Amino acid sequence: MIFKVFDKKELSALFDILSAYTIIGPVQRGVNRDDRPLFDFDMVYDFGDLALDYTATTHSAKRFFMPYTETLSTFQVNRSDWDKRVDFNTYKPQVFFGMHACDVNALNKLDKVLTQTVFPNPYYLCKRKNMFIIGMGCTPQPQCFCRSMGTDTALQGFDLFLTDLGNRYFAEILSAPAFQFLSRIKIKAPTRRDQLLYEKVVETRNTRFNTELDTTDLAKILDLEFESKAWKEWGGKCLSCGSCAQVCPTCYCYGVEENVDLDLKGASKVRHLHSCNLLDFAEVAGGHNFRPDSATRLKYRYYHKHRGFMEAFEESLCVGCGRCGKSCLAGITPPAVISSVRHQE
Amino acid sequence: MENRLPFFDITAQPGGRRRREDPASFEYTCPAEITSVYSLTGTEKLYQIRIIDQAQRNHFSFQPGQFVMLELPGIGEAPFSISSSPTRHGDLELCIRAVGNFTNFLSRVERGAKVGLSGPFGTHFPVEEMHDQDILFIAGGLGIVPLRSPLLTVLENRSRYRRIDVIYGARSPAELLFTYQYAEWRRFDINLGITVDQPDTTWDGRTGQITEILRERIRESASLADHTFAIVCGPPVMFRFVCDMLTGAGLPMQKMFVSLERRMHCGRGKCCRCNIGSTYTCLDGPVFDYWSVMNLKEAI
Repeated sequence: MIFKVFDKKELSALFDILSAYTIIGPVQRGVNRDDRPLFDFDMVYDFGDLALDYTATTHSAKRFFMPYTETLSTFQVNRSDWDKRVDFNTYKPQVFFGMHACDVNALNKLDKVLTQTVFPNPYYLCKRKNMFIIGMGCTPQPQCFCRSMGTDTALQGFDLFLTDLGNRYFAEILSAPAFQFLSRIKIKAPTRRDQLLYEKVVETRNTRFNTELDTTDLAKILDLEFESKAWKEWGGKCLSCGSCAQVCPTCYCYGVEENVDLDLKGASKVRHLHSCNLLDFAEVAGGHNFRPDSATRLKYRYYHKHRGFMEAFEESLCVGCGRCGKSCLAGITPPAVISSVRHQE
Repeated sequence: MENRLPFFDITAQPGGRRRREDPASFEYTCPAEITSVYSLTGTEKLYQIRIIDQAQRNHFSFQPGQFVMLELPGIGEAPFSISSSPTRHGDLELCIRAVGNFTNFLSRVERGAKVGLSGPFGTHFPVEEMHDQDILFIAGGLGIVPLRSPLLTVLENRSRYRRIDVIYGARSPAELLFTYQYAEWRRFDINLGITVDQPDTTWDGRTGQITEILRERIRESASLADHTFAIVCGPPVMFRFVCDMLTGAGLPMQKMFVSLERRMHCGRGKCCRCNIGSTYTCLDGPVFDYWSVMNLKEAI
């Protein structure tokens, strides 16, 4: 990895260079009822709109690489004959400006299941291959438990990662395009002082995580506690609304639906992201539902995140961003659920 | 611009050696044609489906127990077990009950309709491992559909197998599937035990649960431990009873195979709808040995 430092005011120059592409970054969308700002990822056209000191966004950036609704293919129908046309809906690179480490790690995890298995998913792969990611160091929030999940720092999956050193940024460069873009602004090699300052900043940040999720032997514990009362308790609270999956950076389950055009000359196949907490998730034709109550669906969600993915890829699918807990209408948070399953309350 | 972000076009990349590894062909469906439709019962029909392109048809190969995704533009896409013999390649038979939006539409489709076919997907019954062994086929209701493919494979190579039993139960005589083939199966020296729950006035066969026939079958042989394989498919409640009985009779878990059903939207391990715990029914199943099923929470 190559390290550089540059003045904070140089960042707008980098933004201008990259503005030849679609830039997606954190922007403030409004305030919540406590008058705290609410952030979200959106397309940014002006450097001034970027809220780089954002705490955490309500949604992850997944709508830009895994849209909630995406047309997978279209059909040209001519009486009984038809022709299928497939479009992966990607035509140009996208720049992600200011992603936190958890979101970068979420992409790395999605890469494992969506691109590194049999039948790689081209819709995701296309968008993922055409992402230019500038990561940004963050300040741990009360809901963040990424340190427990081992996703508080990103080692790969980005092009450039910036850490705030006061009046300048410490840049980790991971790709040739990133190096070439940076060479067009005023950068310096980090001095010994910069390096020490960087290490200090990282250390200070590490002391500020105060939410934990005990992952020791978690996959095994989940199997042992399959019949635990905790699932019923938390499942009873769950409203099966699917908010958690909507804001989750790693939830990728989907459903496919086909529609006939109104002129009957065409049809389309559309993918909608789904949630395993929704009632019809495992319902089959004929009406049998393999997970009919909210408790089994909630349990399944935790099983997929913390056990199933662990079994397949030796890591958890959860990145500990805490968005699901923040958005949950019933106040269900992963650290609380896991600790009650582990009898640690 | 001095430097640009490269655009990576996956359609321009050389694909994998096999279609399944080539991302660009993820959504590819083989154009196929419904060549005939037979009504088997009031709700189930047998569709003969032929891949239109001859080279593709001959190239299409599957193993008994695998499934295909069938697509009707604008209506939907759904997984179906193949009921025909693998030696027939791209001339498939699918037995489908009209039960949802897609299948009800399909039941109104006439011969000659063009459909999209992708697959085959999933695991299969290891019929070659079963050479020189007894095989118990145990099916309840629609469960006979995925079992017909291994059964036909066994019939085609009848001399390689020892005793074959087919134990099949349905709710009523009118719901029995493939009745026109029973005489032929018997001719191939197959012990066919058929039972219904609710007999009608014309029914002269057995009534009751399939477990009764199974109990008699188990009593006939000293032990199932050495020379027997079992293939089981049926409604979720049936699995537990039948599998418990077979295990009780000494059949090793790894010699008992079940074919599971789940909701699927992709067939390629991407949509997560068919997950059982950590396992994808579409990639690691639909055929599981009983040990894997025992090992999976909430599988049956």
